[in-house]
Amino acid sequence: MIKVDNIHKRFGVKTVLNGVSFEVCSGETLVIIGSSGAGKSILLKNIIGLIKPDSGFIDVDGVNITNCSLEELYETRKKIGYVFQESALFDSLNVFENVAFGLKNLTSLSKNEIKQRTKQCFAMVGLENVEHLNPSRLSGGMKKRVGLARAIAYQPEYILYDEPTTGLDPIMSDIINNLILNLKKYLHVTSIVVTHDMNSAYKIADRIMMLCGGNIIFNGTSDEVRNTKNKYVKQFIEGSSMGSMHSDRIFEMGKRRI
Amino acid sequence: MKIDVKKIIKLEWLVEKISYTSFSVVFLSLEGLGKTFEMTREAIRNIFKGVISSKDTVTQMVEVGWNSLPIILLTSFFMGMVLALQVGSATSNMFNEPVYVGIITGFAMVIELGPVLTAVIVTGRVGAAITAEIGTMKVTEQLDALYTLGTDPIKYLVVPRFLACFFMLPILTVISNIVGVYGGMVFSTNTWMLSSNAFWDEVLDFMTIRTFLHGFIKSFVFALIVVIVACHKGLNAENGAEGVGKATTSSVMTSMVFILIADYFLTAFLITLRIK
Repeated sequence: MIKVDNIHKRFGVKTVLNGVSFEVCSGETLVIIGSSGAGKSILLKNIIGLIKPDSGFIDVDGVNITNCSLEELYETRKKIGYVFQESALFDSLNVFENVAFGLKNLTSLSKNEIKQRTKQCFAMVGLENVEHLNPSRLSGGMKKRVGLARAIAYQPEYILYDEPTTGLDPIMSDIINNLILNLKKYLHVTSIVVTHDMNSAYKIADRIMMLCGGNIIFNGTSDEVRNTKNKYVKQFIEGSSMGSMHSDRIFEMGKRRI
Repeated sequence: MKIDVKKIIKLEWLVEKISYTSFSVVFLSLEGLGKTFEMTREAIRNIFKGVISSKDTVTQMVEVGWNSLPIILLTSFFMGMVLALQVGSATSNMFNEPVYVGIITGFAMVIELGPVLTAVIVTGRVGAAITAEIGTMKVTEQLDALYTLGTDPIKYLVVPRFLACFFMLPILTVISNIVGVYGGMVFSTNTWMLSSNAFWDEVLDFMTIRTFLHGFIKSFVFALIVVIVACHKGLNAENGAEGVGKATTSSVMTSMVFILIADYFLTAFLITLRIK
């Protein structure tokens, strides 16, 4: 179980997270939505321990990520897979080596087993004959899928997805959505997905949470999101440029100009 | 007496601004120093614990040593020749014939120019590449990806480069010394009509193992400066491509300045120890 309790994070004068608290139960898929710059990715990076919050704590299976030893942190990270927004593939390694990287470092699998596992992962994300290629020769969508294959290869208990379907065509987006659902169904993986893609959110989410102004302003099921009266959530899911969030943004831009 | 409030407020603002800026500069310098120390300590700890990837280390040794060899050979050869030319020309003016060409060329190469020239070239070629590579990994979240895959970037990236520089730069220095002196000999035999035997006798008669050690010890310290500065600047690069560019420039400049400053203090220290 992941428990986030009263997390605060500031960068200079900008408060990104202002007392965020929530829990994710085993096997649950939590989708976090919110406008760009709302702090969704920062929240994910806090959960995996890449960024330390200014205050508050994050508990992953009984380990307080914000205040544990380096060894405990590395042990806990072994349970968590992370799909990066920009894929973050290693330039110096080919696609196969990228996917096998976690398997070599986090498991005691033999070379043959690693080969088999990576093959399975490539099949799961719909990639063929790309093992020997360098990441720079892949399209954005392919990079995304290799990043996903790398995160699921060592079969973590938790997977954090940072915009997994952004930049993919609708068919590939649906394949990724199904993959997330299958990981939950067959491997009981607990997922936290950050996305702007509402189709994806409705399809995969057990629960949807909206982050705005450093706080959680909504927490509910897909149906509750669809029927919400919250003006911010309503505007966001309708994708309307006119509304409270828009005027807030214009106000922020005005402040910056001043 | 009339008090100009506006002037006082302006002065207060200026004092506040200067104090804040000075504080920030000092704080950032100390913070950078702390981070550098922490990184070096962690790298050395990993080395002593034997947490070393032999494959990556050999790859880096080839990159630092073998791939730097052509440029080291070329520059050292010409450095030796220009030294012989300058010494021969200067002594000809004084004594009507070129004297001490072998001694001065040999000493200058072995105790000073060999180590410094090699370190400066390795800084430009290898130090810049290390900073650019690690910096790019930092700004494209590849370092974060390493962490999420249970790998410490210091163990994976810094340790192999640390070992490669520490062992390859002294070897390059020795090669630079030999090639530099050889360059001086080639020039002297062709232009100053010295026999090659006389040249080598001159070089070796006055040179002891301590003379060789003087430059050799320096090269280890220079190697540490190059690799520590390069890795630190790369690991702390920020702000995309522009940031990586700035980090690389800063890495090369900082290393060169530190090499030249360290050279003075090392020379003074080694002379005190009679290693000269």
